[in-house]
Amino acid sequence: MSAPLKPLPQWADVALIPLVNVAAAFLISGLVVLAIGENPLEAVQILITGALGDLEGVGFTLYYATSFIFTGLAVALCFHAGLFNIGVEGQAYIAGLGAALAALHLGFLPGYGLAVAAIVAAAVFGAAFAAIPGYLQAYRDSHIVITTIMFNYIASAIMGYLLVNVMRVPGQMNAETAQFPPNAWAPQFHVILAHFGVQWPVTPFNLSFLLALAAAWVVWLLIWRTRLGYEIRTVGANPTAAVYGGISPKRVVIVSTLLSGALAGGMAVNVILGEEHRLILEYTAGFGFVGIAVALMGRAHPVGIILAAILFGMLYQGGAELAFDKPKISRDMIVVIQGLVVLFAGALEHMFRRPVATLLARRTTQPPI
Amino acid sequence: MGGRASRAPGGATPPVPSPGGDTLEDEEKRVTHAAGAVPPAIELIGINKSFGPVHANRNVNLRVEKGVIHGIVGENGAGKSTLMSILYGFYEADSGEIRINGERVRIRSSREAIDCGIGMVFQHFMLVQTLSVLENVMLGAEGGALLARGASAIRRRLAELGAEYGLDVDPDAIAGELSVGLQQRVEILKALVRGAEILVLDEPTAVLTPAEADQLFQMLRVLKGQNKTIIFITHKLREIMSLTDRVSVMRRGEMVATFDTGLTSPPELADAMVGRKVILRIDKGPAHPGAVALEARDIVVRDDRGVVRVDRISFALREGEILGVAGVAGNGQSELLEALAGIRPLSGGEIMIHGRPLSAAERNPHDERLIGVGHVPEDRHRMGLVMPFEACESAMLGFQYEPTYGRGLFYDRKAIVKDADRKMDAFDVRPRDPLLKTANFSGGNQQKLVLAREIERNPRILLVGQPTRGVDIGAIEFIHKRIVAQRDAGKAVLLVSVELDEILALSDRIIVLCGGRLTGERRPDETDARDLGLLMAGVSERAA
Repeated sequence: MSAPLKPLPQWADVALIPLVNVAAAFLISGLVVLAIGENPLEAVQILITGALGDLEGVGFTLYYATSFIFTGLAVALCFHAGLFNIGVEGQAYIAGLGAALAALHLGFLPGYGLAVAAIVAAAVFGAAFAAIPGYLQAYRDSHIVITTIMFNYIASAIMGYLLVNVMRVPGQMNAETAQFPPNAWAPQFHVILAHFGVQWPVTPFNLSFLLALAAAWVVWLLIWRTRLGYEIRTVGANPTAAVYGGISPKRVVIVSTLLSGALAGGMAVNVILGEEHRLILEYTAGFGFVGIAVALMGRAHPVGIILAAILFGMLYQGGAELAFDKPKISRDMIVVIQGLVVLFAGALEHMFRRPVATLLARRTTQPPI
Repeated sequence: MGGRASRAPGGATPPVPSPGGDTLEDEEKRVTHAAGAVPPAIELIGINKSFGPVHANRNVNLRVEKGVIHGIVGENGAGKSTLMSILYGFYEADSGEIRINGERVRIRSSREAIDCGIGMVFQHFMLVQTLSVLENVMLGAEGGALLARGASAIRRRLAELGAEYGLDVDPDAIAGELSVGLQQRVEILKALVRGAEILVLDEPTAVLTPAEADQLFQMLRVLKGQNKTIIFITHKLREIMSLTDRVSVMRRGEMVATFDTGLTSPPELADAMVGRKVILRIDKGPAHPGAVALEARDIVVRDDRGVVRVDRISFALREGEILGVAGVAGNGQSELLEALAGIRPLSGGEIMIHGRPLSAAERNPHDERLIGVGHVPEDRHRMGLVMPFEACESAMLGFQYEPTYGRGLFYDRKAIVKDADRKMDAFDVRPRDPLLKTANFSGGNQQKLVLAREIERNPRILLVGQPTRGVDIGAIEFIHKRIVAQRDAGKAVLLVSVELDEILALSDRIIVLCGGRLTGERRPDETDARDLGLLMAGVSERAA
């Protein structure tokens, strides 16, 4: 038994704790940089300049952030239902298959109808792939953490097989599909801006970003303003109370995983339809896993997720610059920072909670009863 | 002395500045040392403990003489448990001192408390269910990496204690297979084996049958005879009167009075606990039962592990009456209540509502609510409320699909808040803030929120489980009145409670469960706690 944790004021819970956690992660990362013989302050400077120093950097940062918003939302939505969906990586991967199939085979659709069909296909494929672990969790009591981890491997194997043996353009060395017709592409901002005579450096930053912001808003509405959101949150916070209240936890598990998978499909829209314009091997590159860190750091709130996604976008873009400038610091450094963020924001979330709570205790106003 | 409730001005936020506090305390210290006689077993002086803004213990003074049974009573949240946690080293007091046998000590962990000779018996036993009694007693006192030597020493010690105090337990029995009363005995043995001279028992009778409670009291008297000191925490005044030598009353973190038990009375203690006159009896007129509203026919209910917990029970509940279901916790009443509410499936039998059998498809919480069955669950934390939710969101649980809260997909926030505000007003839920987190309300106010939700929907049948568990006396009175008012309005009320006083005070008819079987039916005016206790213990109606 230990002293009960006092409730923190909301601002501390939402803003201060994540900041303290991230600060700790960066501090340790700084020590790692120091240990390999580089100046951490200089590294931070290069990182920030690389991410935000010019429009090109900003474009790449937001492009990465777009993927992170989608994967972060996907993880967060399941969090609210009390589910830990580790399978966003695989769901996004399979969603890419949906986008590619639609873009390659529905070419008869007029204009951007093709892009819309590809987006819908991505969401449907992502949802369908997530539904299997969802079903197993709801009706077979197979823990979703275990099944989604396994399903990531299944996704990887399926896609490897399809890209190498089925979808590859004959005579091509690369395991990738043919390029999609341009009306399946999510338009990039530099192209759009060029129409208005505005110069923007060529970056993969595309309209999916707006789709991601819209998705964040829809998720917020869904979670806090709809009956379904109420059901999801009740099941997540207290499944027994949910049953008492006439809510079916099984249904909520299925619906949440479906929606989560559909959100994961947003990443396919950003990368496959927005940048690559073809389906390539292992295009997800671990972004699905980063979504876990993003959701943790953003405390499963869409606004927090957008902020955390931008931070990770900066890390990715700035980190690439850093690796270029400082050969001693490889891209793996970014993985280290990510890991530390997950460690501090997720696994060790409560480490700073108690000291912060003690620090604030004299000023709080809510009784802990 | 505790009874004087002296206040030192040292606390950060003394509510009532009391002049001369220091002198009082100094005087007390002198008395302690100058007395020359046996120093008190425990002396707490000016204990303060705050959790954030909540002053859980406020300048608490307590003096417990050696070799007595000293009761501590107080409402839930009065600070009894906090005080004992400080004594047992779970918390450290913000200020104040602890003296054991006249010596000032610092207790920072339970190990240090044990070293001071303090043993604690918790309400929820800290036994490893799968280990034997011997292994449980050894836990933490193995005496080395190899168990054999320690085991034989402790086996000897257990035999000695058994002979000395009449505390016989088979050392090789598996803890989980023992009755609750015996498990508690093992807890006491654990403390004694560790050399406890002072035993603290926190609400020890909450889980016992009346007969087991009597055995416990017997045991405690024997221990007292051996010059052990016993602190007995409870909120049941009857136990205080029958067992203790002295009794201290806590209220809102303060020790407000200490009495010689022989010189006080339950009404006086109750007044001290709540600070005002409380009517222990409910004023209620005779019932006017109408048509049968709910009928159970030979129902069988299994728990999650498939064990039959309700075994072919039949009864009828009429409109305009309160049917009390008595029983020791864990004798099937929880499963019965859940089955009636549609949460737990029936394994046999039938439930009739207003003369019509409920089909299997209808036996779910949602449909039963639509039919007009309200359900106040036994455990508001586990089932009745969602603690992280705003009060207004908890106030619509179960009714979340109703169009009053917004049509179509989206909720109408304003309607939700307004509805909650109305319910909170009707049931005097404080603070009346529909946006406050459910967890931040006190137990009594959380319970009032649940009742408001279920009653304000005007159900024709109201199932109520443990309506006043963990609720302070002021709120108990309020809740009881509301339940009686439902009856008077012609509703059929089923009341499940482990508090016999509550069952006796509220019910118009009482049925008793033991081991999942119906062991008897009584009218409250033809029975008493003793009679019901026998039925609860499974002693047959005719034999008794």
